Amino acid sequence: MNWDWEVVEEFLPRFWDGVLVTCQALLGGTLIAFTLGLVWALAQRSNLVWVRWPVNAVTEFIRNTPLLVQLFFLFYVVPEWGPSMSPLATGVIGLGIHYSTYTAEVYRAGIDGVPRGQWEAATALNLSTAVTWRSVILPQAIRRVVPALGNYVVAMLKDSPMIAIIGALDMLGEARFFSAETFQYVEPITLVGIAFIVIAYPASLLIRALERRLATY
Amino acid sequence: MSTPDNNPADTPSKTPSKTPSNTPGNAPDAARTAVGTATGDTPWATGEEIIRFQDVTKRYGRQVVLDDLCFSVYAGKHVTLIGPSGSGKTTILRLLMTLIKADEGSIRVEGDYLTHEERNGKLVPAGERHIREVRKKIGMVFQQFNLFPNMTVMRNLTEAPVRVLGLSRDEAEQRARELLEMVDLTEMSAKYPSQLSGGQQQRVAIARALAMRPRILLLDEVTSALDPELVAGVLDLLRDIAHHTDITMLTVTHEMNFARDISDCVMMFDHGKILEAATPEKLFNDPEHTRTREFLNAVL
Ligand SMILES: Nc1ncnc2c1ncn2[C@@H]1O[C@H](COP(=O)(O)OP(=O)(O)OP(=O)(O)O)[C@@H](O)[C@H]1O
Ligand SMILES: [Mg+2]
Repeated sequence: MNWDWEVVEEFLPRFWDGVLVTCQALLGGTLIAFTLGLVWALAQRSNLVWVRWPVNAVTEFIRNTPLLVQLFFLFYVVPEWGPSMSPLATGVIGLGIHYSTYTAEVYRAGIDGVPRGQWEAATALNLSTAVTWRSVILPQAIRRVVPALGNYVVAMLKDSPMIAIIGALDMLGEARFFSAETFQYVEPITLVGIAFIVIAYPASLLIRALERRLATY
Repeated sequence: MSTPDNNPADTPSKTPSKTPSNTPGNAPDAARTAVGTATGDTPWATGEEIIRFQDVTKRYGRQVVLDDLCFSVYAGKHVTLIGPSGSGKTTILRLLMTLIKADEGSIRVEGDYLTHEERNGKLVPAGERHIREVRKKIGMVFQQFNLFPNMTVMRNLTEAPVRVLGLSRDEAEQRARELLEMVDLTEMSAKYPSQLSGGQQQRVAIARALAMRPRILLLDEVTSALDPELVAGVLDLLRDIAHHTDITMLTVTHEMNFARDISDCVMMFDHGKILEAATPEKLFNDPEHTRTREFLNAVL
């Protein structure tokens, strides 16, 4: 195998563009997945059937259809009657929504894992529902699920190249375009592979740091 | 007082045949059952009636856990519930704390229905606001402590006073420090519950309940989860509270010496009914029922 540093040099500018897109997709997607997932999880516990039922249906549907289809839908179908967005914005939202249906399950398990005695103590102290969630249940639930949430960040990173399909060129997207033009495959693909590990590692370190920070008790 | 015309379950039912002269909130009459099942003198049945169970039935599926239960507790008195496992003692406390709902009958605290309220002269299931208002008067300490593990001891003691009673943080912390002094845990305020022994946790839990200044304190086997050497400290604290405050205590315990020390009245439960109620002297020394005697022989 011949490794040509000149090819690497030639690819680098576009590679950095791709890295930027990948990182944006990952950060934005994570933000959406973490917050929206919590919203789903809380809605699924609502007393109101007309909140619970549609949320269950929608999240179940999203979780069981391919991300690719959802990206196409967001990019080509939604603009027919809604806002049209840049490929990157669409990709971030698509990743975020898709993974929010997984994080919702994680949150739900975390919430279920809080012992019933905690709810009872909150009632005995006359805490309102809102305060019970905010001060007692969620802090305990979230602490428990940080590692599981972290796994989905890594999974999202691995799914992020899919957004290239709607024109948001991540690292892999840039590499493939570059290769298609120059017929140079080895260097760009290798570089991208390494980059995935380089991004995944600090991401997992970050999660672990967060885990430690939450482990105050 | 009108009877609700719908909703047979969980309704303050008035069954004239069972309660001949049931003027609500009328203390002498309310003493009826406690005195009715009582043996000997009834010195605990004087003063302001603070808790009243009337014809309360609780079922789980087909199992009748509390069977048409009637009794009253008077302000400042200490009533202890004893009885075999499964006789329904915890259920009584959980009903009072509104953790569960009765299937039939009514519970009143200082004359107010716990889970009902009067609207336009009718009794209707109470809204959250009413329940929270009545619940303010009641505090509970659990067998398993149930401290909030994500909060320091200090925050365990201040969270509810700040959020529910609207105290300022300074006021709440001042109150918490006084309570910590009382339970002898002044140095622990910055610790988390997991860093405390079981006995210390339970003392914090008692302080946490008292921080809300309840008129009624419910104690459900608060020493059962503790190592034997930690029990005495918690019981001493409770004796202190019993003797130096005017708080009404409803206690479930298997510690018979403790029950003897603090109780104005001991109620023996069996199969969801009060078998007998008496002063501790009477009940422990000269019980009326053989069933009580057998139970006491087994636990003493
Ligand atoms: N959530 C529940 N579902 C079904 N049955 C229940 C439930 N809670 C309590 N019971 C039943 O109700 C009965 C009374 O329970 P309770 O906890 O009041 O008894 P107890 O007198 O406190 O007994 P112990 O001394 O063991 O604590 C028991 O037979 C129990 O099995
Ligand atoms: Mg019990």
